[in-house]
This record gives sequence, structure tokens and C-alpha cells, in this order.
Amino acid sequence: MASSLRRIARLSLISRYTSTDGRWNTLRGLSTATDDLNSPNQCWTSNKPVNLFSAINQALHIALETDPRAYVFGEDVGFGGVFRCTTGLADRFGKRRVFNTPLCEQGIVGFAIGLAAMGNRAIAEIQFADYIFPAFDQIVNEAAKFRYRSGNQFNCGGLTIRAPYGAVGHGGHYHSQSPEAFFCHVPGIKVVIPRSPQQAKGLLLSCIRDPNPVVFFEPKWLYRLAVEEVPEQDFMLPLSEAEVIREGSDITLVGWGAQLSIMEQACVEAEKDGISCELIDLKTLIPWDKETVEASVNKTGRLLVSHEAPITGGFGAEISASIVERCFLRLEAPVARVCGLDTPFPLVFEPFYLPTKNKMLDAIKSTVNY
Amino acid sequence: MAIWVARSRNIITQYFLKTKNNCPFDQNYFLFHTNSSYKSRNRFGFLDCQSATFMAFRRFESVRAGEQAEAVAYGNEDGHENQGIDFPGGRVAFTPQMKFISESTDKRIPCYRVLDDDGYSIPGSIFEQVDKETAVKMYKSMVTLQIMDTIFHEAQRQGRISFYLTSTGEEAINIATAAALTPDDIILPQYREPGILLWRGFTLQEFANQCFGTKDDYGKGRQMPIHYSSKEHNYFAVSSPIATQLPQAAGVAYSLKMDNKEACVVAFMGDGGTSEGDFHAGLNFAAVMEAPVLFFCRNNGWAISTPISEQFRSDGVVVKGQGYGIRSIRIDGNDTLAVYSAIHAAREMVIHEQKPILVEALTYRVGHHSTSDDSTKYRPMDEIEHWKTARHPMSKFRKWVQRNGWWTDDEETELRGIIRKQVLNAIQMADKTEKPSLDNLFTDVYDCLPLNLQEQEKSLRETIKRHQQDFPADVPL
Ligand SMILES: Cc1ncc(C[n+]2csc(CCOP(=O)(O)OP(=O)(O)O)c2C)c(N)n1
Ligand SMILES: [Mg+2]
Repeated sequence: MASSLRRIARLSLISRYTSTDGRWNTLRGLSTATDDLNSPNQCWTSNKPVNLFSAINQALHIALETDPRAYVFGEDVGFGGVFRCTTGLADRFGKRRVFNTPLCEQGIVGFAIGLAAMGNRAIAEIQFADYIFPAFDQIVNEAAKFRYRSGNQFNCGGLTIRAPYGAVGHGGHYHSQSPEAFFCHVPGIKVVIPRSPQQAKGLLLSCIRDPNPVVFFEPKWLYRLAVEEVPEQDFMLPLSEAEVIREGSDITLVGWGAQLSIMEQACVEAEKDGISCELIDLKTLIPWDKETVEASVNKTGRLLVSHEAPITGGFGAEISASIVERCFLRLEAPVARVCGLDTPFPLVFEPFYLPTKNKMLDAIKSTVNY
Repeated sequence: MAIWVARSRNIITQYFLKTKNNCPFDQNYFLFHTNSSYKSRNRFGFLDCQSATFMAFRRFESVRAGEQAEAVAYGNEDGHENQGIDFPGGRVAFTPQMKFISESTDKRIPCYRVLDDDGYSIPGSIFEQVDKETAVKMYKSMVTLQIMDTIFHEAQRQGRISFYLTSTGEEAINIATAAALTPDDIILPQYREPGILLWRGFTLQEFANQCFGTKDDYGKGRQMPIHYSSKEHNYFAVSSPIATQLPQAAGVAYSLKMDNKEACVVAFMGDGGTSEGDFHAGLNFAAVMEAPVLFFCRNNGWAISTPISEQFRSDGVVVKGQGYGIRSIRIDGNDTLAVYSAIHAAREMVIHEQKPILVEALTYRVGHHSTSDDSTKYRPMDEIEHWKTARHPMSKFRKWVQRNGWWTDDEETELRGIIRKQVLNAIQMADKTEKPSLDNLFTDVYDCLPLNLQEQEKSLRETIKRHQQDFPADVPL
């Protein structure tokens, strides 16, 4: 495991976003800032460009292949899932390991906790993050406290809950939400969100094999849209390690998931105005990598956090408070938050609701010129 | 009740041997008599419809049959008829027999129907009379629903609306239920029940306004297409999360009860919806609170790609009612007259006995789950085809209406032409209409705008001034 982590760090990754609408046309993709983009990757011979749902699918194949005690289940998972993430799994591994469940999220998670408590890897799918709330009690009061309340006699560390989250352009109230902050308030679970296909595969495999229950939110807008080379092999990316995906000196931008591609666009635009932005992918929201963010802010003296979820009580508030605690004297401007509005996620007004590139650009400029 | 279930096989055999009655209601009555009291039987005096009279009689019979069976079971087998335990909830008899209650009934609960596949009413069937005017209105509404579905679905395919979901195959459930209710009855929909609104006078233009999210949409463009709501029509807002409406239905109904309203709540769910915890909560609350709710399960065989065999065991949905102490009936959801009659009778019982009822209508989701779905990936084409043609609810109802001399082929052609035009007009109009203005993004989160939203609105308007190109031009600022 450790060696694969090290190897992947050396990968040079060039993300390529195919675009079906204007929102993505200007995307250059999210590469790893520390990589030399010009040198061809030497570590892997079998990197194929795949989209995000296929990368998830690969990870699930590997998880089931490498651990006979791994199970994948959820609503409509049997035929491949409504986002095709579980395609081919039931055929390959059989209906006893990959199966449809009744339409009941509390049942899915409760069942998964029980399965995990018996030493299995329970990989449960919630069809949309918006529908995770019937399972909230199981996650918050059960999964998160399973180890603690039994003095570590029991744990459900084999539990991974996957759920598509976030805006998709036409999802309205219940196919668009980003509920990560609710779960970041719960000691005992980890919350992980990938930004790209390669990240999705490596992080998901880490989550599945992590000895703690994890909620893994997948940016559904990127399922088809984000395409990049992904190693076919089994590899894992470390949890609780943020990544500087673009180096800069004037301001630090912190985000996760699909929002990073919008932030990346803002960085590119800001550069034209002579502002050098450092962009950090937090990847694991709890327990999060304060040190990477702190080091960056100590360098730039400014911080902007961005997420799609409503600004009030969002995870951006936690990052902001923590960094103010740690970098108070170094900060040259108040921490900026560019987030969703404090309204339910709206259909017609979605473009107004979202933290757009230009909202971010404005905030970058006013923070730098504070 | 536990006793009854334990002995159910006995009773069923004896009861049927005794009565030799081939009325389609029998087994269902049999099921619910066990929980009912004589008091409720007397209250059937409220009912004056043909079927209600019949029911009062049958109920009496079946209760007697049950008593006799009890005597047989305990008197003859072990002589312990007087021994029992006074347990909270009623006396429970003892038995020396270690008998497990069966996980399912021997025979599946039969399905009440009135019309056969050719649209002839089955001899001896008990049903509510439908006059010409109502029958024709019902048929016309089904045609309207069907055409609206076809054209709206097409509009989604052309990218004019973002999403759609048809009721194809479930037209009888939609329309006949609506027709059997009164406008005062309150609907808590799942989402595949727009026909109720249509029946109540929600116009094609109003449907289009919602799907296009125009300024005239009552939901103010905030929700996805098909998430209709109309206070005027006693139709609660459709909410995507499955089954959340079911416990709410018990609360709404309790209010009607406390206000002595001559109305009930009709709460819809799919077969998939019955798996959610909220289904349990809703039925249990309604039973315990004696809330006048008619729970209507559209069992259409599928929940997206999940067949009912992977959704629940035992005999489907209808048998769940008894576990909660809720009278239940299974009906042919593709038989307009059966739906109409059963809902008519159920409504009377719900309101006059002030208790919930569970209706399971067997039907089929002929369309894909929604425009996001391709159901040929997980179910056979010929299955879809069979339900689309041979079992389609509209074809047999049309035969019945035409045989009565109430409808002709010419009228059919004319109606279809007119409705098509109306739907197309509605779509065109909605397409041209501007979206709700920007302030609607912020209003209604609370009754009035709190400080954070005032600030966010101000800041958003400044952003718009700077970056007008980022925002849709059809939303007035
Ligand atoms: C709580 C929740 N979980 C999952 C979903 C996703 N979903 C939407 S419809 C549906 C299937 C519902 O099936 P059923 O209740 O049988 O109704 P039908 O579509 O057949 O009318 C699912 C799983 C949801 N909307 N809400
Ligand atoms: Mg269904």
C-alpha cells in the first residue's frame, strides 16, 4: 500500500475535461502542481483516459477482487446504478456480493454497519447525497460511535458510504445538494471528496480499506465530464493529506470536489491580472490536513475557501476559523468565503446560487487589494 | 390479532367451506374483520351505496364465521378456550401448540376487478355505478393525461425542459381515484399522480408553467419539472425524497379529524416507497391516531430498476396493512371501474369510521422511470409491450364506454386533435414566458427575509451588475 502511494505521487497527471456545455470549455484541467507536465509518465504503461464514473467502477472492481469479504450494494446497484458506477460488478462477482437493496437508506446504512462490524468491507451506495438523511441516525449515532462506545471492542471500520453530491445544472432541491458539512460535525467518521477520475479511484480504494467508517461524496457533475488518464492498477491515495494542485504566492484557495475546477478557472483568470493563486485540494474534510493549508497561508498571507453548500455553517467556516487561529498575525486580509447562498438549492436560479468563477475572481481581487 | 393469524389457515378453510361465496371481496373482508369491532359495523349505516350495504352484511357474516372458527379451534383441539392472559391490548388465549405464524398466506390475496380484459363487467361484480357524464369525463381526462405525457416527454427529449416523468400505464389510477374523491379531500402525492390535479381543474397551461419553471409556476421555478403543487386544488407539493409524505399524511388527517371535516387525506406511494421507514411511521401513526388517511400504493412492479421481488417478500403491499391494524384491499389498478368503486367505498369508510385504509393497486410502469432512465437495460421489451397493449387501462375502459354508447371513434379522433393542440399551445406559451424574477430566489426561505439573505441578495445584485453575461437573460432582475 505504502509503495503504491509513493508511486502515484510521482505520476504526472494531465486532466482533460471533455465538455458538453460552456461551463467547462475553458477548463485546462486539474493537474498536480508539483508534477512536470511536460515529462511523460514513466511509472505506468497502462494509463487510459477514463471518466469519473468509470474510475469509480474500476476501484469497485479492484475492491471486490482483492477482498473476498467486500460487498457492494444499494438502490439499483445490481444493473449498474443510475450513474453506471457499478456496471458489470454483479455479473462478475455475483448477486450475493453485489446487489440491489430495498428502497430504504436507513436500512442500507444499518445493514452496512452490521456487515462491517463482522469484519467485512461494506461498500454502500446512497443514490443521491440528497437522500442520505433517512440514514443520518445510523451514520451519526451508530457508525460514528461504534468503536468509541464499546471501548474499541467493536468497530465498523469496513464501512464506506458512497453518494453522488453537488450541482448538475438542473437538479433542483433534491438532486444538487452538498451535505458534507453535516457529516464534518461528527467525530468518528471520515469525509472524503475527490476532484477527478484518478483521484476518485485512488481515494475510494483508500476509503474502502481504511479502518474507519468513511462517507465518500462523488461529484456527479464530473461523472461523465471529467476525463483523465487513470492507472488501471490497484493504487491508493492517502487520506487526510491535502494537495497543492497549483502553486502561487499571493493568495491560497482551498476547496474540494467539483468546485476545484471552477476555482482553477479563477486562478487562471487572476493570473492574467498578475495575481498568483495557490490552489489546494483538501480531499479529506475530516480529519483534515490543517498543516498544508497553514503552510500555504503562511506563505501567501491570504485565504479564500469555496464550496457549493450554503455559506452559513459550511465547512468553509471551520477552515476559516482554524486558519485565523493559526495564522492570525500573518493574515493580510479577512478570510474570504465564496459559497452557495443560504437558500434551498434552486432550479431556475441555480446560476445565481452557485459560487461562480467571477464571484471568486472578485473575491480574490478584493482580498488581495484589501 | 396474533391469535387470528396463528389460526388463519383454519379459519380460512372453514369460512370458505361455509360460505361458498364467489364474491371477489370475500378474502379481503375476511382479513379486516378481525380487527374491527361491532361498533364500526353499526356505523356502516352511514353508507348508502350498493357496495356498502353489501359490505355490512358480509362483515357480519364473516365475524360470525370467525367466532365459530375460534370455538372450533380451541374448544375441540385442546379445550383451553377459557384460559388466557389479560394482556394490555386485549385478552390473549393460551395454546399448548407451538405454532409459528406463517411468513405468508397460502394463497395470494386476490385482486378486486370489475371489467375483464375486453371491457365487459364481470357477472356478479359489485361496483359503484358511474353515469355517462362522469364516465366520459374520466375517459377524456385519461386521454388528456396521455397526450400531455407524450408531448411533455418529447419536449424533454428536445431539450426544452430539463426532466419529465410519465404516468403511462397508470392513467386509471390517476383519474378514477380523482373521480371517486371530492375536491375537499387532500392529496399528498408521490410524483406519478398528476391526473388528480388534471381532474380537479389544473390546466394544461399550469402544468406547462411548472415544467418550464415560468413566472406563473406556483412553485416559482424552484423545483424540478413535475414537482407540482396547488393549494387551490388541495394538492401538496411533490417532494422528491421518497415516502416523506406518509407520516405527514397522518398529521394532515388528524387535523381534518379534529376539525370534524367531511374529507380525508389520500397519500400516494409506489411499491418502492413502502420500503422506507417513513412508510412504517405513516401507517402506524395513522392507525394509532385513527387518522382518516387513504394510503394508496401504486404497485407498478418496479422502483427504477428494482423489481418488487427485490423490494419486499410475502404477498406484496396489501398484507402489510393488517400488521398496523389497517383495513386493506388489493385492486386492479388498470381497471377504471374497480379503482373508482374501491376508492369510493374506501373513502366512505375512512371518513365515517375515522380510520385509515390501505389500497394496493396492481399496475405497471409502462414508461421508463423518468427521462433519466432507459428501462430496456433491466426489463424485457415484451413485458413492457404486454402492459402497453393487452393490459393497458385505457383500452378496456374505452371499450366499456363505447359499448354503453357513450363514446365514438369520431369523438375520439376529434378529442385527440383538440388536446394535442392545447398541449402544444401550452408548451409554446410557457416556452415564451419569462422566468420568475430574481427576488424569488430569496423569498419564502422564511416568512420574511433575514439579515443574511438581505446581505446575500444585495451582494448578488452587485455581482450581476459586474458580470451580467454569467447569468441567464430570461430571469428578470
Ligand atoms: C429517499 C429517496 N431515496 C431514493 C430516491 C431515488 N428514487 C427516486 S424514484 C425511486 C424509485 C421509486 O419507486 P416507486 O416508489 O415504486 O415509485 P414509481 O417510480 O414506480 O412510481 C428512487 C429510488 C428518492 N427519490 N428518495
Ligand atoms: Mg414502482
